[in-house]
This record gives sequence, structure tokens and C-alpha cells, in this order.
Amino acid sequence: MTAFRPEELLADVIARLIGDARHIAVGNASPIPATAALLCRARGSGRPYVSLLQSRKHNFFTGGGVELFDCAAQGRVDVFFLSGGEIDGEGNINLVGIGEHDHPRVRFPGSFGSAHLYYVVPKVILFRTEHSRRTLVPRVGFVSAPGASPDNVYRPGGPIALVTNRCAFGFDKARRRFRLESVHPGHTVEEVIEHTGFAFERPAMVPETVPPSAETLRLLRDEVAPELAEVYPQFAAAVFGQAAVSA
Amino acid sequence: MSAIVPLDEALSSIADGVTLAVPRETAGVPMAATRALVRRGVKRLHLIALPTSSLQADLLIGAGAIATLETSAVSLGEFGPAPRFTDAMLNGRIRMLDATCPALHAAFQAAEKGIPFMPLRGILGSDVLKYRPDWKVINNPFGDGDPIVLLPAIKPDVALIHAPMADRAGNVWIGRQRELATMAHAAGKTVVTVEKIHDGDLLADPLLAAGTLPGFYVERVAVATQGCWPLGLPDHYAADLAHLAEYVRMAASAEGFAKYLDEHVYARQAA
Repeated sequence: MTAFRPEELLADVIARLIGDARHIAVGNASPIPATAALLCRARGSGRPYVSLLQSRKHNFFTGGGVELFDCAAQGRVDVFFLSGGEIDGEGNINLVGIGEHDHPRVRFPGSFGSAHLYYVVPKVILFRTEHSRRTLVPRVGFVSAPGASPDNVYRPGGPIALVTNRCAFGFDKARRRFRLESVHPGHTVEEVIEHTGFAFERPAMVPETVPPSAETLRLLRDEVAPELAEVYPQFAAAVFGQAAVSA
Repeated sequence: MSAIVPLDEALSSIADGVTLAVPRETAGVPMAATRALVRRGVKRLHLIALPTSSLQADLLIGAGAIATLETSAVSLGEFGPAPRFTDAMLNGRIRMLDATCPALHAAFQAAEKGIPFMPLRGILGSDVLKYRPDWKVINNPFGDGDPIVLLPAIKPDVALIHAPMADRAGNVWIGRQRELATMAHAAGKTVVTVEKIHDGDLLADPLLAAGTLPGFYVERVAVATQGCWPLGLPDHYAADLAHLAEYVRMAASAEGFAKYLDEHVYARQAA
């Protein structure tokens, strides 16, 4: 087996979760989802469409910043990615802060487009590369966007999975709970339980996450890395040793 | 009719206390103009960043120019949290109106259409809504028990944008950054900095005209070459990553930020 970096494993896991899609959009500060989306396209000979929000090259929008959201509201974005300073067991995400809203103890950047996209994109994949009781909590301190909504609320979209540095969870929409699907090589179920602040479902035998194949690693390193460097120069340099490119 | 004037004169309508709209990083952020505003000592701004901000909001907050910030996120992207924004929030020094990106777009679009509000899907059940008493929920009048959020129109006093070029009539080429046109349509006045002056009429060439904000909407234009530095202007120049790393290091403390202002804002006069 070829040696791989953790980011390469996570991108491969996310690419499998993306599955068959026509349009994958990737928002701010999401280098691993961007890697996964570009990997899907590298595997699919130019399909699906990939929109990296901060990119010039990987972004077909001509209608300004609103077009992504309009596109999603029309049902034309199949997959999106969200994270959170905190994520709880019901799939609620907190991108705002902890403590009083006007005088928080901890402040995160803000909700970005989550309070819209989480509702309208059919497959939202949550990701968080710090899997700890600090980030995966019993109840978020601020709901930027809820994991589920009452039946009378228009909501064709929502979370399908949560991928962390230790494992991958699926999301059961009906029960509003995560289910442990696989644990990454080098990690254990006990460790996942110890570092997760919320309760979750798990089968009697939890499989190990399938590592990326040699062909996947080749695509990531030879085809995806140079494209990533436009938007995530530091990430591309750190993970893939990719030289920076100009604007 | 707009006029091409020196930068400080172009910024004269951005008085203390105005509601000022600025764009996101990928649309070209007028940083030279922002430094000029800090040098002038502008105060009590209600800054609306459509829909997010990075260095620009952080710099204005650190310089004490902001009373109210209305946006969906402030972050330095790969460089991490915005240090002066975070510090101001933890110490309650600014009033924060948390939003979500498409809500701000919709509110500007309402103003551009001259209507009082715009409905938007999502948001229900989010604490963003809980802290925005100015946002309302109604039942879709065309539906049956279908709640939907209404965003009041945002009509900023001034929109401040940067673009690749303008002609001498004040027409501004914005290319595909269409939200810059929406901002100009919504705002009372629009002030523009540009990389260069285009000799000729931008509206005369149909290819250029399609990406042109007519001078009709523009109050003042000033030339600010490398006007987004140290951020980038897409298709023209990349962000200065070394400088941004230095900013993050210096702005981590109030003292370091003051030194940053001395070295990179007060010492650097407008061209």
C-alpha cells in the first residue's frame, strides 16, 4: 500500500460520499472538500461541474456573488460542505460563537451562507479536522443552521455525513442522529467515543475506512494539487509540496 | 455626472457615521481607499460587507472606525481568524449584526428594485434570525402554512468599490462582479477606485458595455493603482501572502496593530 497523508484519505472519503453529482459547490476555508470535489472531476473526465467560491478558474458564475445561492435555491447545487466551530449530535452547526451574543467568550468568523445552503442543498457533507469534545459537543452554543427542521419548513436539503480526522459518520435524518460508519486507519472506536461530546449510533463491528488507492493518490498529486494551489496556496504547499501560482 | 478626482477627494462623501457598503474579497476590495479613510480618521461607520469581509473590516475595526458591523463572516481565510474583529467582539467594542450571505444579497436586491423587502428560503430555526428582530417571518401568501423569512431592503448611504478601469465619463468596467452593480444600484452614492483610466467610451463597445456600471450611478472615481493590495484583484494580481502573514503576526496584539498602522497606513500616503 502506498503511503498517504491524512488529507488525502479525507478527500477520498468525501469524494465517495459525493457520489454521482452534476454540480458540487465548495465555499470558504474548505481545502479538503475542494480537493475531494476536484478529485471527483478528475475521475469523471471533466464532470461534474465544480464551483470553488473563491476561484476564478473553477467557477462558471457570471451573475456575481448571489448566483451560487440562487443556483442552490433553484435545486441546481447537488453537494455543498459546511463545518462549524461547534457541531452537535443533531447536526446543528455553530459558526458564530459561544456565550452571550453581544459579548461572547469565543467568537468564530460568522455563519457565511450556512443559514440558507444547509436547507436547500440535498447533500451537505459536514467536515471538521479537529475531532474533539471541544468541537463535537452535546449542544451548540449558537445555531447558525439547524441539522433538521419541522415538517412545515421548506427543506429539501440537509446533512448526510460528518467527516473528521478520526472517522466518518452518516446522518440519520429521521432520528436526527449520527451513526459511526468507519474509523480511519490508525484510529479506534474507543478513541472516537472518548473524543466525541455527543451520543451516536454504531454497529457492533465498525469497519476501517478504506484507504485511497494508488490511482487516487496519483490523481490527487498530479492533477488536483496544481489546481488547488490557485485558491489554497498554503494548503497545496503543505500537503502536496505544490508551488504557488500567480493570479 | 461623475468625475475623476484624487483619492481623498473621492472619499469625502464617506463622512463619520454613514452606512458604508463594501464588497467581498473576490470582487476586489478597495484597500488603498480603506487606508486613506483610516488616515483621515473616519469614525462610527455602519459597515455592511456584502456578504463577507476579511482584512478590510479587520483594519477598520482595529483603527476604531466601526460602530456597527453587518455581515455574514469576517475571516482571513487561510491566515485564520481576523484578529481585531475577534478582539472587538470578545470585548463588546462593536455592535454586530450577524447575517447570512444570501440574506444580504437579497436585501441589496430589494433596494435595487425599490421594494421594501425580499423573501428568502432557509434561515428558519437559525439563531441568526433570533438576533435579527428586523427580519420578519410570514406565511407564504401563495401557499398553505409555508413560513418564509423577509429581509428588509438595505439602502446604504455610500457604496465603496474597486474595479479594473473606468473611462473619463465615469463608466466603470466591473466585468462579471455583478454584485458591484447591485451595490451601486442600492446605495445613495457610489465611490469607485480603479486600477487605470480607459481612454475611450466603455459603453461604445458592446463586449465591454455588458460588464460596465454606467457612470450614471457613480459619484466619484479615483485612480488607485494596486488598489486592492495587499489583497488581490482577480485576473489582475494575486494577494501579497507575505504581507498578510506579517499583518496576522502584528495584529495579534493591540500594540502590534498600532505599529502596523504606523508602518503601513499612516506612513504610506496615497499616490
